[in-house]
Amino acid sequence: MHTAENSALHRYAVFTACATFVLLIAGALVTSNDAGLSIPDWPLAYGSLTPPMVGGIRYEFTHRVIAACVGLLTVGLAAWLWRSETRPWMRWLGLAALGGVISQAILGGLTVRMIQPPPVSAAHATLAQLFFSTVVAIAIFTSQWWRANGPAFEDTGTPKLRSLTVWTGAAVFLQLILGAAFRHKGFGIVPHLVGAVVVTALVFLTASALKRRFPGAQPLRGCARALHALIGLQLLLGAGAWWSRQYGAQFPQPFPVTVTLTVVHTVMGALMLAATVVTALLVYRLVRAEAGTLMARSSAEAERAA
Amino acid sequence: MNKNRMTLYWLAIGTAALALSGCGGNKPAETTSAPGANAPGGKTVDPATAGEITGTVKLEGTPPKMKAINMAAEPACTKARTSPGMSEEVVTGEGGDLANVVVYVKSGAEGYSFPTPTTPVKIDQQGCQYHPHVLALEVGQNLDVVNSDQTTHNIHPVPKDNREWNESQPPGAAPIDKSFARAEVAIPVKCNVHPWMKAYIAVLSNPYFQVTGKDGAFDLKNLPPGTYTLVAWHELYAPSEQMVTIGPKETKTVNFTFKATAAGD
Repeated sequence: MHTAENSALHRYAVFTACATFVLLIAGALVTSNDAGLSIPDWPLAYGSLTPPMVGGIRYEFTHRVIAACVGLLTVGLAAWLWRSETRPWMRWLGLAALGGVISQAILGGLTVRMIQPPPVSAAHATLAQLFFSTVVAIAIFTSQWWRANGPAFEDTGTPKLRSLTVWTGAAVFLQLILGAAFRHKGFGIVPHLVGAVVVTALVFLTASALKRRFPGAQPLRGCARALHALIGLQLLLGAGAWWSRQYGAQFPQPFPVTVTLTVVHTVMGALMLAATVVTALLVYRLVRAEAGTLMARSSAEAERAA
Repeated sequence: MNKNRMTLYWLAIGTAALALSGCGGNKPAETTSAPGANAPGGKTVDPATAGEITGTVKLEGTPPKMKAINMAAEPACTKARTSPGMSEEVVTGEGGDLANVVVYVKSGAEGYSFPTPTTPVKIDQQGCQYHPHVLALEVGQNLDVVNSDQTTHNIHPVPKDNREWNESQPPGAAPIDKSFARAEVAIPVKCNVHPWMKAYIAVLSNPYFQVTGKDGAFDLKNLPPGTYTLVAWHELYAPSEQMVTIGPKETKTVNFTFKATAAGD
């Protein structure tokens, strides 16, 4: 049953996801403007809560303030889920989100205090995207749509979309790690380029399979369209960001074109991950598991009942 | 069971927070090491037999045009300037004389010991640019970082062989005194508050070095007789090396030429 409180919780989760998206933009602006170390101390900024707002400090401090707001929103979300959710796994998902945001704050602090070691900075960048997808998932799980719908479609194709969407999501996540490692000088560009080829192939495979196998399923067709649009845009942005990085190196930094393209490319990466997570969730919700799996599950349940 | 899980969870957070509190602030001091040069207890240079290497560094071809720096978003930077800021990668004088080249003895001075200079080398942040753009000092010699601007800077060298540090310097703050424990040519320096600010610090293990001015000239004095590898380092072009042998009281001229089309153009 969908109560007024459930609706409010869902709206709150959507708002938290939107705030997290803004935080991702702020974080990407910090990295693209090379402003991550413009405030050399943490958790305070220049020993106070009100640092001089000049140059790169503006980006870094704004990022910290938005991060604090998202942290508080996540505390509220976890508490609300814990108090009102009847599904135990949702309560734990709320706590996982809280753990994610706390870990993210610690990684942010470490990256400042340890002077941006590439593994820590890349972990900070990657966890941000994972956290965003987690909050998006919570927003979906708390929606009326999720509660009202159940398996309605049969997947007769191969490979099964339940597996394919998970593999695609995992590949996008790996690609985000490679991108973050490149951005934070851990790796060169080659692994990220190889990752782009793999992700493009998997996204096209998933989107085509969704369109072909479920022409009547509007949410799944919407996912396919979103995946197609995002991957196309992301490839163009990636190429543009790389070109501007090479061309802009001769200019005094920050080079505005490079900043813009890399920020949008990074944020689109987060949207890409969220889109694959949403696609996988919708497939798991709407598409029946294989007959074999269902039978195995039924037998296991029967055994437990016996 | 839930209570146990929560306890574990908080333990994990506590451990991470402890790890964080131990990071960054108090790193152990580095020990000075400059292999192959400035040997403690080594020979001292005899001024009676010492020679000299002089020369000029030139840039062949059309130098790349330096770009204007947009400081409009930082009024404190623009107010402090009488002319617009320009990038300083390639600064030339008349006839292609090349400035900001570090000319130094890479090898040949091993076995001699040299006292560490007591006079600090100064780098100033003025008009939101570093002055000088390229500087050189010896291992262990003090570097004084000064902020003459009415805005906050952070000074952040990014070395490969020395310890990295990053310190803020508000307007009117006392100079920051630092030194480098290992020879390294050259350490990029940046300000994350104003990302266009760039400088390079060359740390050498002997006193035989000079940074060229707009006349491209260098003069390395008081060299004991011997054979030396001389290097000219520029931030944009590949380093150039030459071997040179000088006898007692001898003065040799060595010139370096970089090609403008070879890099960055």
